[in-house]
Amino acid sequence: MLRFIFWRLLQAIPVIFVVITATFFLVRSAPGGPFDSEKAVLPEVKRALEAQYKLDLPLHEQYIAYLGDLSNGNLGPSFKYPGRSVNEILGSGLPVTAELGLYALSFALLIGVLAGVFAALRPNTRQDYIPMGMAMIGICMPSFLLGPLLLLIFGIYLDWLPIAGWGDLPGDKILPSITLGSAYAAYIARLSRAGMLEILSQDYIRTARAKGLPEWRVVIQHALRGGLIPVIAFLGPAFAGLLAGSFVVETIFQIPGLGRFYVQAAFNRDYTMILGTTVFLSTLIVFFNLISDVIAAWLNPRLRAQFKGGA
Amino acid sequence: MSLLNVNDLSVSFVTRNGTTEAVKNVNFTVEPKSITGIIGESGSGKSVSCYALLGLIPQPPGRIDSGTAEFNGRDLLALSQRELRSIRGSDVAMIFQDPMTCLNPYMRIGEQLVEPLLVHGVANKEAATLRAIELLDEVGIQNPEAAMRAYPFEFSGGMRQRVMIAMALITEPKLLIADEPTTALDVTIQAQILRLIKSLQEKRDIGVLFISHDLAVVSDIADHIVVMEKGLVVEQGTPADIFTNAQHPYTQKLLAAIPNGAPPEPENGRDTLITASNLKTYFTSENSDEPVKAVDDVSLSIQRGEVLGLVGESGSGKSTFGRSLLRLTPITDGQISFDGIDVGGLDRNNLKALRRRMQMIFQDPYASLNPRMTVYDTLTEPLLLHKIVARAGLDAAIRELMDNVGLARGFAKKYPHEFSGGQRQRIAIGRALATKPEFIVADEPVSALDVTIQAQILDLLKDLKDECGLTMLFVSHDLAVIRQIADRVAVLYRGKLEEVGNTSNVFNSPQSDYTQRLLAAIPGKSAA
Repeated sequence: MLRFIFWRLLQAIPVIFVVITATFFLVRSAPGGPFDSEKAVLPEVKRALEAQYKLDLPLHEQYIAYLGDLSNGNLGPSFKYPGRSVNEILGSGLPVTAELGLYALSFALLIGVLAGVFAALRPNTRQDYIPMGMAMIGICMPSFLLGPLLLLIFGIYLDWLPIAGWGDLPGDKILPSITLGSAYAAYIARLSRAGMLEILSQDYIRTARAKGLPEWRVVIQHALRGGLIPVIAFLGPAFAGLLAGSFVVETIFQIPGLGRFYVQAAFNRDYTMILGTTVFLSTLIVFFNLISDVIAAWLNPRLRAQFKGGA
Repeated sequence: MSLLNVNDLSVSFVTRNGTTEAVKNVNFTVEPKSITGIIGESGSGKSVSCYALLGLIPQPPGRIDSGTAEFNGRDLLALSQRELRSIRGSDVAMIFQDPMTCLNPYMRIGEQLVEPLLVHGVANKEAATLRAIELLDEVGIQNPEAAMRAYPFEFSGGMRQRVMIAMALITEPKLLIADEPTTALDVTIQAQILRLIKSLQEKRDIGVLFISHDLAVVSDIADHIVVMEKGLVVEQGTPADIFTNAQHPYTQKLLAAIPNGAPPEPENGRDTLITASNLKTYFTSENSDEPVKAVDDVSLSIQRGEVLGLVGESGSGKSTFGRSLLRLTPITDGQISFDGIDVGGLDRNNLKALRRRMQMIFQDPYASLNPRMTVYDTLTEPLLLHKIVARAGLDAAIRELMDNVGLARGFAKKYPHEFSGGQRQRIAIGRALATKPEFIVADEPVSALDVTIQAQILDLLKDLKDECGLTMLFVSHDLAVIRQIADRVAVLYRGKLEEVGNTSNVFNSPQSDYTQRLLAAIPGKSAA
């Protein structure tokens, strides 16, 4: 088991390295720079700024310097927020985004698994078509459409929930979490339906029925264990995707999370900020993928035995 | 009074494409303390009639049209689902065909074993666990305490079927329904499981309803045989009646199809086509440093135009040997020479050229055909890959191939799932023959088929061998099949060659202990 994790971590190093390198050169090859602006800046001021942030050095030296800082865990200073380091900005935005992601994921799991299992119990009937049709809509509906729609209905017409903010008013976390989570809920619903359908057609489900088990016990005790493995394997990438993809929702609902800094940084050519966020998020993605893979493997007794025996 | 009295049972399936009558006005009984065997091909309605009794047919599409099934003074067919559930797994228990898939792979054996007792409120957890351990011991599982904590994958097929039997008997049922319980097992294991069922039945005085497509197996174990064809009971009686005095043509056909024919006469004076010398194929093992010696120092040669039967139980290395000959599995040591060519030393291009001359047919015709390719595409692929025919001549070549393997030409545009098992195996054989090979490895080509279909495919292979001068390595665990088709027989046991000789010699006077045991385990010896 440990050897498996170790190998996966080792494989992650080149992946992250490629991400860093590609992002580093891509952002610098985009036209414009961090200190270009509409109003003219004195050439000597611009030169001084560039010198301060080592932008006057040749590209490969900048790259090596960045890697050096990175190996010490230092993501560098932000070009646009003078006096603040990228580490600080990430540190302040992450808890909010992580909380939003967690709520969205919980919502997605609850709704997705329930709908998927429900649909799988009576395949190709109305009980299947209705939740799966809704799931299809959920997958197709972008959050920049769903968010304002929910805002209009629940925030303005019905006036049940606040329309913006995070942690300021009671209930202001509900709409953003639903907006962010619904596409994932839809995807999880489809995964659970497929997983459950496959398991429910297995011979051992017939065995369980032949033993005289009530149907709910057949589903919960015999089918769920195997049926939800694909869902669990999906949770890692899903959580990473939620973190990285939260910027639209954060913008709609005025939430001070990571996503807004990320997008803003791209507009501002804030090189270190873009790089820092990308490196940080790709590390998270690799890490969460690993965790959900390990858990999914652990749930399969056969693979678990191999881990115990072989490594 | 009968334990189970099924009267005028009719079951149909209603789908969009119309109504299929699966079971039509069927009558049979199971007497207490005796075994009733139901025999028929797949699709004959034998399983459906039994599942219908216990409400295990999904409705819809299933529908019970008529009938009564009196068990213990109650009509099973008139009971509600809730009432049926209290009988299922307590008074009536079932065991199924494939022990590899019938146990939940995610639950420990113990957890699954005690479930019937807990769910029917017969015992509490401690008592149920003790009872389960006792029963595991009784069905011949060694170290039952450890087995309770194990997962199904840690057991072989035979062991899992023992666990299934223990699970069925744990509530002391009065009736046991066994649906093809030995079909998926090797012949030696099959004999053990049949003995176990018989002895448990006698000890507990229960009635057994034993479903099988194998007349030889049923005649070994049953007191009363019911023959079903296309949803109808066509004949019933004692095994002796059926064997000596079968009235219905279908029963006579089943009897004739039991592979028992005389072996073909060996021909002499042929040259050697393929030789394996000191062949070793090892696999590295996850759990130990010792490699698994699947094939361990086997030397064998096959004459041109001959069928060599390779027998052994599962795990004996017979499939690995076949695959190694074609270099589908890398060999560890030894030499293979095909028509004077050293197969082991070939590079990719030469190997590809050689592959044309040697082909393989697999056991499971469904799993080995690509479900998204039509018959036409499946047969076209090897023809184009090996440049056997130009595109212009393709249609004619495909027609000829389909004629050869007995497939109607209209089938060319259909997909594998539209065919029956026997037809799929014909497609697979057609694919193997497409390159006009000289040598074919047939790995259990008829094991997944019903006995009558089996006879047709064996006939086809024999015809092809005679017409095309094919040389064949015929791998099978079924001795009766081997006896029918092979010129010579080689017996593998744990990766080593036990015995090789002319078919009649090996069957009539086996030399090694293992071969003798293997032969003694053939079902149907007592009745035939």
